[in-house]
Amino acid sequence: MDSRNRIVVVGATSAIAEHCCRLWLQGAAAQLTLVARDAAKVERIAADLRVRSPASTIDVVTMDFLDTAAIRQLAQSSGAAGPIDIVLIAHGVLSVQATCESDLAACREALEVNAVSPALFAEAFAGELAKVGKGTICIIGSVAGDRGRKANYVYGSSKGLLSRYAEGMEHRFAGTGVRIVLAKPGPTDTPMAAALKAQGRRLASVEGVARDIVRAIAKGKPVVYAPWQWQWIMMIVRHLPRFVFNRLNI
Amino acid sequence: MRPVSSWGRLSAAPHDVVELTNRDSIARDIVGRGPGIAHGMGRSYGDSCLNPDGVLWTTTGLDRFIGFDQQTGRLTCESGVLLRDIQRLSIPRGWMLPVVPGTQLVTVGGAIANDVHGKNHHQTGTFGDHVLGLRLVRTDGEIVDCGPDLRSDWFAATVGGIGLTGLIAEAELQLRRTVGPWLEAETVAYSGLDEFFRLSDTSHPEWEHTVSWIDCTSTGELRGLFMRAKPAAGIDRPLPADRRIAMPLTPPFSLVNRLTLRPLNSFYYGLGKWRTGRQIVPYQPFLYPLDGILDWNRMYGPLGFFQYQCVVPERDAVREMLDAISRSGEGSVLAVLKTFGGQRPSGLLSFPMPGVTLALDFRNHARTAFLFERLDAIVSAAGGRLYLAKDARMKRPMFEAAYPRLAEFAAFRDPGMSSAMSRRLMGS
Ligand SMILES: Cc1cc2nc3c(=O)[nH]c(=O)nc-3n(C[C@H](O)[C@H](O)[C@H](O)COP(=O)(O)OP(=O)(O)OC[C@H]3O[C@@H](n4cnc5c(N)ncnc54)[C@H](O)[C@@H]3O)c2cc1C
Ligand SMILES: NC(=O)c1ccc[n+]([C@@H]2O[C@H](COP(=O)([O-])OP(=O)(O)OC[C@H]3O[C@@H](n4cnc5c(N)ncnc54)[C@H](OP(=O)(O)O)[C@@H]3O)[C@@H](O)[C@H]2O)c1
Repeated sequence: MDSRNRIVVVGATSAIAEHCCRLWLQGAAAQLTLVARDAAKVERIAADLRVRSPASTIDVVTMDFLDTAAIRQLAQSSGAAGPIDIVLIAHGVLSVQATCESDLAACREALEVNAVSPALFAEAFAGELAKVGKGTICIIGSVAGDRGRKANYVYGSSKGLLSRYAEGMEHRFAGTGVRIVLAKPGPTDTPMAAALKAQGRRLASVEGVARDIVRAIAKGKPVVYAPWQWQWIMMIVRHLPRFVFNRLNI
Repeated sequence: MRPVSSWGRLSAAPHDVVELTNRDSIARDIVGRGPGIAHGMGRSYGDSCLNPDGVLWTTTGLDRFIGFDQQTGRLTCESGVLLRDIQRLSIPRGWMLPVVPGTQLVTVGGAIANDVHGKNHHQTGTFGDHVLGLRLVRTDGEIVDCGPDLRSDWFAATVGGIGLTGLIAEAELQLRRTVGPWLEAETVAYSGLDEFFRLSDTSHPEWEHTVSWIDCTSTGELRGLFMRAKPAAGIDRPLPADRRIAMPLTPPFSLVNRLTLRPLNSFYYGLGKWRTGRQIVPYQPFLYPLDGILDWNRMYGPLGFFQYQCVVPERDAVREMLDAISRSGEGSVLAVLKTFGGQRPSGLLSFPMPGVTLALDFRNHARTAFLFERLDAIVSAAGGRLYLAKDARMKRPMFEAAYPRLAEFAAFRDPGMSSAMSRRLMGS
């Protein structure tokens, strides 16, 4: 039997996901399925990973991330090929709050890409993992999901939904071999944060964030902040009394 | 806009930084945005990778491999891939880069654009000699695929072309077979410049890597440590883990100054002398001695520092320069001397020529400016030149006299590419 880990990466063109893949293949050869919407972009990543790890098998799937039938089909065909060790759900978009407030179509799109779509993928793969009673699903949320803020609550609340979703799934699979990991990165140096970077914001390195996520997945840790300092910062932010919080311009 | 410095930390001017991440959309990303200049790891000491108040196209997001043929050792990758990552990938598979500079934290694009050399120049030439082909994207959207046998005029202009012919998107490199990550290294303590030349001449056929550290504060007889190494086969031990320390902050003044210079050099000499003899060592500390200390360039304080690297075809000029330096009381702990091989380099503006190269760091100080003038005069009189990867201050006439193929180069310039260096040395 093939002893290589079977890993499915949804939103594989995300910089964080790409670096997770590099780390996995650096450790050992794997069977990787990369799921994305942009065929050329994901092919470039697949070619890179094939050079880094010739002993790995890397497949590419392109699809519409809101197509429920396609999501179900992907999960089922992956599950049918054998037990899945890891599913990483990484896609997301840093929506512009002001645009979402004035344009409801943009608001809906942000909610769909950041909340609905990852939840659907998680649900579909949970069904497959449940059948074999093992495997790990990691969803990338965000520190922004810990408390709604005027600067980005459309994005933040989507990530908040993923927190509740992961929590519920963790409850559902308690006592089984299925693990749910929710990763909450802080601002990270990826294309998503290019605008923040231009404003001079300090960003965590994508390699470091990916390392924290890969480690949490290996351990099956239910919630991981990356870098870990955010855990304490967000604890304070979550506990700030309303009369203080509402005066903050964040 | 955000502040960007090069390795010498002489300036931190704001730049409009555009991060490239998709090799297939570079044309779209750069057309009509310039004039700008490509920026890799910013390991050049001077202003070749800077464009104050203008556009900088950073390439470290172009870090994907494209293909590797285990049989032939041909590697294709994007231009922002680090030499470190190529070594990590290829050495366990029995291949390695034929040419590496003194740090592996540079990009493939930067290594091509400065046509970098290593401690094995006398055997393997420059980085450009091992590039099989590259893809250049121009700011008018034109794509030029070139190599030693394909549009070779474009290739010769781009190798060593300090980013001025366009943006290198990807390159194909010929790696070289290796017996593994270990080197047999030897350090020989010597005194006198003649002894240095004798050691170089006798070592070159047998030893792949040669370089010499010198104590630039020596008065009277020069003292130095000659270091040479060659691949060691059949060594079967685990490589030590990467250990790195960092310079955590920038001190308020240069730690290298008139008070510390002499003791630091004596200390380094003493340390080296104590370690003379043959040893089996991993390739990293020998080839990249400074990579173990992150941000070491901060030790020169907030004003930054210069590196003066020249090559002179004749040996007497070296003696004159060393005299001038030791008399000035300025100098560095990182003075390096190496003789180049006789090959003609691939690029129109490549730095190496047959002769001796001398490289020293100097703090940024009024007194060093005066010394540089003196050194320039010696280099020019000897028919030598300064290395653009290190330069931040050369005057245009000296550049024009020292790089005879400049006129040929001009025809290949991309009008949308401009750096602080190109404006200083070429007027645009
Ligand atoms: C500790 C240390 C030791 C060194 N030792 C050596 C040595 O032994 N030998 C040696 O030769 N050099 C040496 N160097 C210099 C270094 O190798 C060169 O400066 C190298 O070019 C730096 O690469 P980079 O990726 O940092 O490029 P940058 O410094 O960012 O850029 C260098 C030049 O390349 C151009 N460029 C970068 N990427 C591209 C691209 N994709 N397309 C077109 N142009 C591009 C830039 O415009 C610029 O002109 C050393 C530097 C350090 C810091
Ligand atoms: N970077 C940060 O500061 C930060 C902080 C906290 C959390 N996160 C989260 O980390 C995850 C990874 O982001 P990243 O930082 O790696 O950013 P990234 O490199 O910009 O990746 C974003 C990913 O989302 C995909 N995507 C966006 N809209 C999509 C859509 N409509 N349909 C399908 N895919 C879509 C992108 O696909 P294309 O490549 O096709 O565009 C890309 O794969 C995201 O969930 C993000 O919210 C990031």
